[in-house]
Amino acid sequence: MKKQITKYLDKKASSASLAIFRIGFGLMMCFSIIRFWSKGWIETLYITPTFHFKYFGFEWVKDLGEYTYMLFLICGVSAFLIALGYVYRAAIVVFFLSFTYIELIDKTTYLNHYYFVSIASFLLIFLPANTYFSLDAVKRKKEYLYIPKWNIDAIKLLLGIVYFYAGLAKLNSDWLFKAMPLKIWLPSKYDIPILGTTLMQENWFHYVMSWSGMLYDLCIPFLLLYKKTRNVAFILVVIFHLFTRLLFPIGMFPYIMIVGSIIFFDASLHIKILNYLSKTFNPFKQKWDLVTKKQTVVKPFKKSALYMVVLFFVFQLVFPWRYLVYPGELFWTEEGYRFSWRVMLMEKMGVANFKIVDAKTKKFFYVDNSDFLTPLQEKQMAFQPDFILEYAHFLGNHFTKQGHKNVQVFVDSYVALNGRLSQPFIDKTVDLYQEKESFKHKKWILSFNHEIKGL
Amino acid sequence: MIKKLFLLAIVFLVYACSSSTDDSSGGGDNDNFDREAVLINVADNIVIPALEDLSQKLVTLKADKDAFVATPDQTNLDALRSSWLSAYEVWQYVEMFNIGKAEEILYSFQMNIYPVSVADVEDNINSGSYDLTHVNNNDAVGFPTVDYLLYGIAADDDAILVKYEDVKYLNYLSDVINQMDTLTDEVLNDWTTSYRATFIASTSNTASSAYNKLVNDFIFYYEKGLRANKIGTPAGNFSTDPLPDRVEAFYNNEISKTLALEALTAVEDFFNGKAYNGTAIGESYATHLESLDNSALQALINTQFNGAREKINELDNSFSNQISVDNTKMTEAYDALQLNVVAIKVDMLQAFNVSVDYVDADGD
Repeated sequence: MKKQITKYLDKKASSASLAIFRIGFGLMMCFSIIRFWSKGWIETLYITPTFHFKYFGFEWVKDLGEYTYMLFLICGVSAFLIALGYVYRAAIVVFFLSFTYIELIDKTTYLNHYYFVSIASFLLIFLPANTYFSLDAVKRKKEYLYIPKWNIDAIKLLLGIVYFYAGLAKLNSDWLFKAMPLKIWLPSKYDIPILGTTLMQENWFHYVMSWSGMLYDLCIPFLLLYKKTRNVAFILVVIFHLFTRLLFPIGMFPYIMIVGSIIFFDASLHIKILNYLSKTFNPFKQKWDLVTKKQTVVKPFKKSALYMVVLFFVFQLVFPWRYLVYPGELFWTEEGYRFSWRVMLMEKMGVANFKIVDAKTKKFFYVDNSDFLTPLQEKQMAFQPDFILEYAHFLGNHFTKQGHKNVQVFVDSYVALNGRLSQPFIDKTVDLYQEKESFKHKKWILSFNHEIKGL
Repeated sequence: MIKKLFLLAIVFLVYACSSSTDDSSGGGDNDNFDREAVLINVADNIVIPALEDLSQKLVTLKADKDAFVATPDQTNLDALRSSWLSAYEVWQYVEMFNIGKAEEILYSFQMNIYPVSVADVEDNINSGSYDLTHVNNNDAVGFPTVDYLLYGIAADDDAILVKYEDVKYLNYLSDVINQMDTLTDEVLNDWTTSYRATFIASTSNTASSAYNKLVNDFIFYYEKGLRANKIGTPAGNFSTDPLPDRVEAFYNNEISKTLALEALTAVEDFFNGKAYNGTAIGESYATHLESLDNSALQALINTQFNGAREKINELDNSFSNQISVDNTKMTEAYDALQLNVVAIKVDMLQAFNVSVDYVDADGD
């Protein structure tokens, strides 16, 4: 066993593969930031809201007001530096920190693909992505043609986990046997030309999409790994992601996954792409040619980097299963829902009316949520228990500060899940102002009247 | 391996399709619903007839006002009050359609913002120069201001008539009513000349399409214009203590219930596609829900409308009296209205799966 591990760790792979991923990742991120900025979302999502929902344990992350633009600027510039491979190590650390900080400001905007970006950039900190075709290599006048194979495999494993876990999450009765939520979502695309009024409305098509989506997610990592199926698999990747792009507002994610999947190809292709880039776009070509000390030895790696990467993957493999220790239906309580590659799995909506009560006089009034939350925040809050609790505390503090006495906060809330009729969500007799956030099960979530079978 | 997987998949697929027909609760399987038919019904049988009626009522109001300005006596005051009330009732059928020209010129903000700002009204009257369309004057124009001018400027009718010996009061009354008439004609004209065509063609599932905006307008009006403004806010549901002076038509003080019931009829009829003039039923959200195999929700919403109507019927004609006598009846009426906020805002919206107009961000 130990021998096999040592043997595996000694295996080498072309640095070009990792360089390709680095360049693709950097450019995609840089473009994502520009896109986000140009859509005015920095303003509407981070500056306009007077209140932000925090991740448990990250309440200390403050919004920066107008300086949020600086944060995005730093993030965008570091992404570009990653693509260039210039002061790479610093750039990737800065990118990871700034991007993650942005995400931690408000969990309202949580998306699986933002989480993917965060952890992928974290992983890249420990990988020598700048040894080849980078300005760092130009500066050092030295590049390594080979890096340890596990460096490349780490990226492949991460992509594989994203797909495979997303596939596992689809193994539930709503997705497979009710074609939910696609049965709600697809018919609403009636204004897509040709397909809109035909395929999108067909019951069988909803099932085909549900099942093929599940099979795609479960199989694609393996189809990409095996040489024989790789080309077909990549075509599938492109079709699948472009199709989801057409149907759903999922921003840059499809492109990130398509570009990311290129790493599964043979190094010969990566080298070809880099040679092409070098010929066409490389303003540093002459300098590049001066990098003569192309070495055939494998770039040595630090043990500590290897340990970090192993630790990282242990976490990634185990963390999505944490929902198993919570009672109740995961889709209902969402305890352990996030950070687990549950992508587009449910259609959930709710309303939450907060009631502020004076415990002594029993006088009460209701809160107009739009006084404190943006429409997006209100929408997200209304069906997620941890949001509801945090908001209840915010309201409690707010009205106590305003001079109200003996403040209690109750919520009357209803949630509808995957087309079922809405039902009461939170126990309205529980004073949420007295409840504390923790990783423990929230007993004040009412139980779900239905059963969803599966993983 | 792969082949086996696909084979397995197909077997499951056949099983899934054959076994799932009986348990599709909500979220139907066909949405080739004719949205244009709904929009045509709404435009031709609901919005435009209601606006035409309002326009006529405002013409009468204007004529009675002119008579009163010529001869400010009790007879003319009574006539003026009665035509104000008729117009106010019709207004309840118009307020929710904050779309097209109405949205552009902030029509409803210039017609029915209450409570009226007495200070602003009196300042305008005294200064004699004002821009009634200015946003700062939204609470010094429209039906609530006429309410104040006809019932509230002095303690009793004799004293009110004395006030109108001052021509400044007559001028302001006249200007406010003329403005209401002008705005209404502007909105109505836009509907009959150009907007109807734009409206009925705009059926796509985008944030800016008429179909989706109408859903949002309906929900917003039900939640805010009806539930909160007419009942919840005066009953103190959003404040520590009740605010009886926030009721609609506060100075008249005996028609807040009439107006609330008219508004409830308006939303109910709109939901069911019932024509403004008469009893004809056309395509509507109710039929849209039926086409999605969701008649249960449609029935639930109508039951809850009836429940709310029963609760409102129990109230005093004057909500401000009701609040001081027994406010729990008011909060009960509010709770009854709240039930349909859930059914409409959560269940109906999920069934329609419309793109809501306020959320602009990526999803995943």
